[in-house]
Amino acid sequence: MAKLNTNSNVYTIVYATVLVIIVAFLLALANAALKPRQDANVALSQKKQILASINERNLGDKRSEEAYNALVKDATVGDLAFYIANKDGKELYILPVRGAGLWGAIWGYVALNDDRNTIYGTYFDHESETPGLGGEIKTEKFQNQFIGKHVLNAEGQFVGVGIMKAGQTADGMEQVDAISGATITSKGVEAMILNSIQPFAEAGFFEAQGAAKACEASEATEVEPVKEEEQL
Amino acid sequence: MISEKTREAFMGPLNKNNPVVVQILGICSALAVTVQLKPALVMGIAVTIIVALANVVISALRNTIPGRIRIIVQLVVVAALVTLVSGILKAFAYDVSVALSVYIGLIITNCILMGRLEAYAMSNGPLDSLLDGLGNGFGYMWILVVVAFVRELLGSGSLLGFRIIPESWYVANGGVYENCGMMVMPAMALILVGCVIWAHRALNKEEIK
Repeated sequence: MAKLNTNSNVYTIVYATVLVIIVAFLLALANAALKPRQDANVALSQKKQILASINERNLGDKRSEEAYNALVKDATVGDLAFYIANKDGKELYILPVRGAGLWGAIWGYVALNDDRNTIYGTYFDHESETPGLGGEIKTEKFQNQFIGKHVLNAEGQFVGVGIMKAGQTADGMEQVDAISGATITSKGVEAMILNSIQPFAEAGFFEAQGAAKACEASEATEVEPVKEEEQL
Repeated sequence: MISEKTREAFMGPLNKNNPVVVQILGICSALAVTVQLKPALVMGIAVTIIVALANVVISALRNTIPGRIRIIVQLVVVAALVTLVSGILKAFAYDVSVALSVYIGLIITNCILMGRLEAYAMSNGPLDSLLDGLGNGFGYMWILVVVAFVRELLGSGSLLGFRIIPESWYVANGGVYENCGMMVMPAMALILVGCVIWAHRALNKEEIK
């Protein structure tokens, strides 16, 4: 065979075309072959994240699946989806939150106690925050700070939770410590909680749900306030 | 027997011809992933695999690649490999792929890859190119590990996520120790890489030009 002129225009165009077709075919094939496994992994990962928000962490693949099926159900308020978990005889409300960090998307789940006010647990994750800085929102140490904080103010309005640098005080809401060196990501988490749960507040999650609950178990609610007074 | 050239392809990048401290390639990702040891290690492994595979592919194709679009061909091969590796990780090692999410994309932009493909694989056989890819990958990895070791130890008081400096030493817990906040800033990576280059030049006098 005569030596090809690898610098001719025809050769260059044919070469580029063939190369791209081969690469596209290979990638499409790989994508089609791997997709079911990837989707299963993504779905399982979401379940693990939801479980993490109710402080059921590091269960492993199989036990996560079982625990999720046993504890968590889907629910909606208006057209907003959330999750209800039954743990230790208590109903927990898990609200998905989504927002922006410094470099990319951040997301997570905030689990509220059955008073729809006190945080039971949180889980936050990120796409591309800097490890050691913004990436720290993924650590239990950061997430556990939120436990026991209230998302409603004294008037029962939704205000979220402030994430503050050392020495600063949040105005009109409860607060946790920001991550040093990651102010933008920390503020991103604060804004994410506020912006993602606000629609729930507007859809009447905090009032109507409470009212609905009062109807569901009217006897129980009549007894409970008395109990509280006794404790006080 | 292994020829001197083949040996040099692998051993050179580990020391005398290191991609980071001598060729000054891949600095950008060295800054980004060295706050902690774990991502630095994983990034090093990922780059090693991709640069070795891409070197072999380009080396095998080197006589057919049209000169005028060779950079584009190299880019297509690298991008295809990165996409493949990322897809495989996502299917079979999901946790690793999540931890790597940012870095997988960064590999394509790593100048070591294009540098090695253009400078070595385009003019050498597949076996030498494989060794050259592995050598450069490891050469890149050990610099990253040195920098990340110092930054994680002094910046966070831990290594690979395990606590080295006891919690009770910290000022917050009544101790006298405080993490060096500078270490977690990207600028410190540059200064540390500079220190490594300094030490490397001091030990290899013939490098000084």
